[in-house]
Amino acid sequence: MTSTEAATQRRGALRALPARWWPPARPDPWRLGAFLVAAVTVLPVIAILLLAFFPSENIWPHLLATSLPGYVANTLILLLGVGVSTLITGVTTAHLITTYEFPLRKSLEWLLLLPLAVPAYVIAYLYTDLLEFAGPVQQTLRALFGWRLAGDYWFPEVRGMGGAIMLMGLVLYPYVYLMARASFLEQSGYLTDVSRLMGRGPVNTFFYVSLPIARPAIAVGVALALMETLNDFGTVDFFAVHTLTAGLYDVWLNMGNLGGGAQIGATMLAFVIVLISLEYIGRRNRRFYQSAGRFNLKTRRPLAGGARWLALLLCALPVVFGFVVPAGLLLNHAIGNFHASWTSEFRVYAFNSLWVSVIASVACVVLAIGVGYARRLHRTASLAAAARIASLGYAVPGAVLAVGVIIPLAAFDNAVDAFFRARFGFGTGLLLSGTSFAIIFTYVIRFLAVSIGAVEASLGKVSESMDMAARTLGYGALQTLRRFHLPLIKSGVLTAALIVFVDCMKELPATLILRPFNFETLATHVYHFASDEMIERSALGALFIVLAGLIPVIILSRTIGAAGELSRTIGAAGELSRPTAAGNPTAPSPER
Amino acid sequence: MPALLEVAAISCQYDQRTAVANTSFNLEEGMLACLLGPSGCGKTTVLRAIAGFQKLDAGSIHLNGRCISGVGANLPPERRNLSMVFQDHALFPHLTVEKNVAAGLHAAPAAEQRETTQLMLERVGLAGMNRRYPHELSGGQQQRVALARALAPSPQLLLMDEPFSNLDLDLREKLRQEVRNLLKDIGATCLLVTHDQQDAFTFGERVGVMKDGAIEQWDTAYRVYHQPVTRFVADFIGEGVFLDGVVSPDHQIKTELAVLHGLRDHRYPPGAPVKVLIRPDDIIHDDNSPRSAKIKKRTFRGENYLYTLSLPSGAEILSLAPSHHNHAVGENLGIVLDIDHLVVFSG
Repeated sequence: MTSTEAATQRRGALRALPARWWPPARPDPWRLGAFLVAAVTVLPVIAILLLAFFPSENIWPHLLATSLPGYVANTLILLLGVGVSTLITGVTTAHLITTYEFPLRKSLEWLLLLPLAVPAYVIAYLYTDLLEFAGPVQQTLRALFGWRLAGDYWFPEVRGMGGAIMLMGLVLYPYVYLMARASFLEQSGYLTDVSRLMGRGPVNTFFYVSLPIARPAIAVGVALALMETLNDFGTVDFFAVHTLTAGLYDVWLNMGNLGGGAQIGATMLAFVIVLISLEYIGRRNRRFYQSAGRFNLKTRRPLAGGARWLALLLCALPVVFGFVVPAGLLLNHAIGNFHASWTSEFRVYAFNSLWVSVIASVACVVLAIGVGYARRLHRTASLAAAARIASLGYAVPGAVLAVGVIIPLAAFDNAVDAFFRARFGFGTGLLLSGTSFAIIFTYVIRFLAVSIGAVEASLGKVSESMDMAARTLGYGALQTLRRFHLPLIKSGVLTAALIVFVDCMKELPATLILRPFNFETLATHVYHFASDEMIERSALGALFIVLAGLIPVIILSRTIGAAGELSRTIGAAGELSRPTAAGNPTAPSPER
Repeated sequence: MPALLEVAAISCQYDQRTAVANTSFNLEEGMLACLLGPSGCGKTTVLRAIAGFQKLDAGSIHLNGRCISGVGANLPPERRNLSMVFQDHALFPHLTVEKNVAAGLHAAPAAEQRETTQLMLERVGLAGMNRRYPHELSGGQQQRVALARALAPSPQLLLMDEPFSNLDLDLREKLRQEVRNLLKDIGATCLLVTHDQQDAFTFGERVGVMKDGAIEQWDTAYRVYHQPVTRFVADFIGEGVFLDGVVSPDHQIKTELAVLHGLRDHRYPPGAPVKVLIRPDDIIHDDNSPRSAKIKKRTFRGENYLYTLSLPSGAEILSLAPSHHNHAVGENLGIVLDIDHLVVFSG
């Protein structure tokens, strides 16, 4: 056995070794890259906070005295309303689907996801068109009952807070549905059995056992739905509901006050922190509540008589109003106005949407692989934190992110411009902030979480001994990634890219702020026409967006058999995707 | 001639927790060694450190006289010329058996790659399986492929991490022998990590028993069993109980059972209270023996019974008897003492 003296001697000898035996002492590029990605991702948030609290002109007092309290109140009412609405719809449908057997249950299980494909702003335009005074519903009513004027009868007003809550609830409940459903499925059937044996009825058991156990999962679902609510601009703008998001646009774009925009953005970040905490706490507690092991023989109870049809109705309603009606209307409008809509401009917009989304999704996936692999190479707490920070963009509303992106980019542009003017006598103008770079940059920050989640989940399925085997067989870190990991995580990565792509296609608030002059995507095109009450002309674009939105829903519904869990925007593609080869690569088959 | 592998006073930490503390051992060329210990004792960390996946917080590791790990300096795993075999086999699922085995030969010309791959597959008895994919193989076959892949580049050192733990009992026994014979044939140097004593005893010419990140004893399997140097090793390896005793003036040890004297000296002064390790095979059943103890419990093990006997003071000892010696609980069992290796610890 070697004494410590000998060891010290060796350590001395170590220093004397020829340099070529050792890799040069430089920081690991993977680690460095991951930290860089995290730093860039957090830049917009820092920029907003800096500008909000150290503004060139202080409009806080003005904001506080005038519009801000109203914005905050409206935002709170909207969040509360959408929260309650998605909670009731999502939990009820999830409970019915997982507990009972009734007609069409199997189809409804995935049909209930479809409303997720319809952006809130699209459904808002459609229902307004359908239900307004000149719309087909009121026309029919007037014809039926002989009313002539608006004063003759009462009809609910869609364009307002109530309408916004209803319609957003209609397309955002799937977040809650998915999480609640997964949680109900995971719960051991024995738990409800025990409760029933102790003399509690089915309703009592639901509130006493099933619901409390699912609470963390439901909290995650509601948090995700509310993040989307906070992000929405199209609906609140169209309905003239003065939320913080609408206020941010007003202060910045209409009043030209970037500092004020940043201050409203900072206020929204407070909401974001609350929602992230809600999600985090939910996810953390969820781990302790996942009870069912392999002995989960939960059987669905067949419903009899009227109850069957009531269950069917309750589950069909959200699908009909959240997807079937809007999709039908869109299709109808799109076909009726095809020639007016399918113009060369339209094709340019579609192409714009396509290429910015493709670049953004490729960038997201590449960065996610870098961050995910860095974490695999160095399992340190600091890299885990870096990955978390890089994933925060999903919670920051697009409009806030846009303000946060424009501040540093504009500063950069101005600095370069000033330098060139001073040095060479000509300006460079807006190099980054006024170009599509700003849009792509924002997309990447906002949707990086989706790809990081997916890549980490896929990588997590590859046994760590695979890395060690490859490395000891003489492959470097990059070679190991290229030759052994990428083939195994390929399908997970593709799924992630697809979901990011669709998210980018649908994105409206940030695109609207950041797009260069005369640059339109399908989403902004739909917004412009629809907010000018020309929904017919924008229907084709909206239809494209909805069709694209169906892609992740289909991916999701294919994996719904397993208790697929949801991260953001049908996110966590990794949890949904199953790389064929990497599924369970190392499980030995039985010897005999 | 220095040892092939010299692990000198290494320490490793995970998130402020010390996984390996000041551990040293040497491994001669051609030697098969085992690190044995309960889960969490740091044995896998030692293996990872040797392979280059774990940074050292102190100490150094030399392979073939060349320093491969030190504090703040680490030769990357891919440049160490050592191979690894894993519990989950870690075969590349997207590559055929042939390509898996050839994975470590990428520097060699194609013809040589083919030749070596073929040779290795024959050695492990898998000739003709070249085009199969890992998922088409049984667990035992997968482990053979993993071994062939690890040995193909003729590594200086083979590291094995619980290689037999995923296999069922019969196969495990068989493969253990097979692998050992193969490694001895080709003269490989191997360090195996396991929590299974049978692995260690069958496989290891040297066994290191680890506890809390340190090696308690680095010795032959025989000595680890019969001459454990710490109470932990005595407890962890095999079965047995500790019986209270007192050192007599003539350095024998007086216990309730008998006055014991062994082949080995102990370092305790007369009058010192001590504990003596009594293995089940030290207490031999003999119906004609004048000495007896009361049967408190018995466990049927197929070929033998393990009797728990209670002495008048209430202390318990274990005895292994052939299973046709069937005695009921409560009876007195005649016993003879056969203690060669006196193992004594302070009481």
